Amino acid sequence: METNPPLIRAKDYHDLSEQISSIVEGDVLKTPLKYWITLGVTGSITGLLGMMLTYLVATGIGVWGNNRPIGWAWDITNFVFWIGIGHAGTLISAILFLFRQKWRTSINRSAEAMTLFAVMCAGIFPLFHTGRPWRAYWLFPVPNTDLNMWQNFRSPLIWDVFAVSTYFTVSLLFWYTGLVPDLATLRDRTTKKLKQWIYGIMSFGWRGSARHWRNYEAAYLILAGISTPLVLSVHTIVSFDFATSVIPGWHTTIFPPYFVAGAIFSGFACVMTLLIIARWALNLHNLITIKHLENMNKIILVTGSIVGYAYACEFFIAWYSGNIYERFTFINRAFGPYFWAYWTMATCNVFIPQLFWFKKLRTSIPVMFVISITTNIGMWFERFVIIVTSLHRDFLPSSWGYFHPTWVDMCTFTGTIGLFLTLFLLFARFLPMIAISEVKGVLTYEKQLFKGQETGVVAK
Amino acid sequence: MNLDPNAIRDKLGIGDDKVYGVIGEFADPHELVHAGRKIREMGYTKLDAMSPFPVHGIDDAIGVPYSKLGWIVICIGLCGTATALLLIWWCGVINYPLVIGGKPLFDFTFSIPITFELTVLFSAFASVIGMLALNGLPRLYHPSFNYRNAHRASDDRFLLVIEADDPKFDAQKSAEHLRSVGADLVEVVEG
Repeated sequence: METNPPLIRAKDYHDLSEQISSIVEGDVLKTPLKYWITLGVTGSITGLLGMMLTYLVATGIGVWGNNRPIGWAWDITNFVFWIGIGHAGTLISAILFLFRQKWRTSINRSAEAMTLFAVMCAGIFPLFHTGRPWRAYWLFPVPNTDLNMWQNFRSPLIWDVFAVSTYFTVSLLFWYTGLVPDLATLRDRTTKKLKQWIYGIMSFGWRGSARHWRNYEAAYLILAGISTPLVLSVHTIVSFDFATSVIPGWHTTIFPPYFVAGAIFSGFACVMTLLIIARWALNLHNLITIKHLENMNKIILVTGSIVGYAYACEFFIAWYSGNIYERFTFINRAFGPYFWAYWTMATCNVFIPQLFWFKKLRTSIPVMFVISITTNIGMWFERFVIIVTSLHRDFLPSSWGYFHPTWVDMCTFTGTIGLFLTLFLLFARFLPMIAISEVKGVLTYEKQLFKGQETGVVAK
Repeated sequence: MNLDPNAIRDKLGIGDDKVYGVIGEFADPHELVHAGRKIREMGYTKLDAMSPFPVHGIDDAIGVPYSKLGWIVICIGLCGTATALLLIWWCGVINYPLVIGGKPLFDFTFSIPITFELTVLFSAFASVIGMLALNGLPRLYHPSFNYRNAHRASDDRFLLVIEADDPKFDAQKSAEHLRSVGADLVEVVEG
């Protein structure tokens, strides 16, 4: 292993365009068979999602395991899980941009795409949990004659509707704005008339004029500036769904920062899982280097530790507050019927990421791949623990219960994983996975563009 | 509507007799900035540059004004703030007052999340649509596409343009000037 590995390896600008665009430009029919097989598998799982949702709509919400006293179960767990994963994309594209972290340029495009796909998966759960998804417009202040009233703007659930839909829209705009110059590159590289037309229209006739770039950079900076509080607000508002209720275990002020840290933690882990696979399958070793992965592992370590601190803090406050219900809920979480979920969560989220303190481990691909997956298992369990253990034993012992997921619950969640992977596979094949123009900018302004050097451009 | 191709060309400023400008090509962004500054010092005012990524310093070198986008975004963003507050107030107080949980019909505190989200949403649309509008995009055609190496302006070449409507413009002399500041390849481009 190199002691001080370079950030990006490319001979020159053209080589960079070549490395990234060649993935997109290959003849569709000549795509390797393993791609089609993978797409076939994930596509079939997406089909399963379609079947489950059809079954749910045709039969009723009772096909899920939600029941008294656990009215929110896997559906909301999965919703918060997917929304959380989405947070890494905007963090990488907006917050790291404002902090001038140049290493973000190799990973921001794919992380933003991941955000969009994760938010799509997230949206499915509350939408179908309403039971009548064709009435979804009731969630928005749309004048209509069948509801005949307005939404309750005092409820955190409506705040959530606004937060999540704004988040999706802004992420989409941000992602597409970044894509425009790269689509122009693809338009200029192709010699096929039809592709020139498609890319030409998709890139809005971008020509890279200095005036364009000036407005473009202003737009990018503004989008980064407004997305930064946005990304923090979204999971804050998601946590309000719980924190503004009076359920012990939910009614705490630590929720907003704790949820945001957890979201970034799980999101980075998910970016890591996808990038390790993409880097290997698409041969992106020159552009996504150990340095990028190591930096991401450091963020996973920090956010994992914040999450660990939040767990400890919650426990302490449950005892220190003197509130017997709060205290019971927490002891019940760790040592009650759901102890297995609690300790899976604590192991995956708090203990395992501490391995990243060692440089050897945080630069080892197999280690980080495994940790990225355990982190997401842990973060799924975190949401499950928060939601289900707080509900299953409330104030009245006569209504205590235990949640059993049905096969529909399981297949629906598996289906969303299929949908997520299918969309990501299509993205990786048909759109430039790395922001070409941004990486070129980094190569230049790190002042490390050595002309004519065989070993290539090395930006630290 | 006049569908005569010549009339359309004339209207769009496309035609065999029209010249868009002279384009000089550079291999390196620093050379582009350097050349841009020199050309401007020669007294040209209608300059443009094309590059595969934003070249820092080119704006000052060839006189590209600051982006007005920020002003557009803040105005539209504040419209978003007002929209949210008006919506919540009008629905809750005027159109359909409904007491829920003893909470007030309208208050700034519970309006914060939605107000914030709509401000961000409006600002995001304003910055993307405003950016495109200020750039005159989307457009299907631009005379600079006629340049033989136009396709490399999004790859690895840096182009400096002296536009034909510059008062100092003279196809031959301007081409000469571009060559004198180090352009590898100079071409007069028809519009």
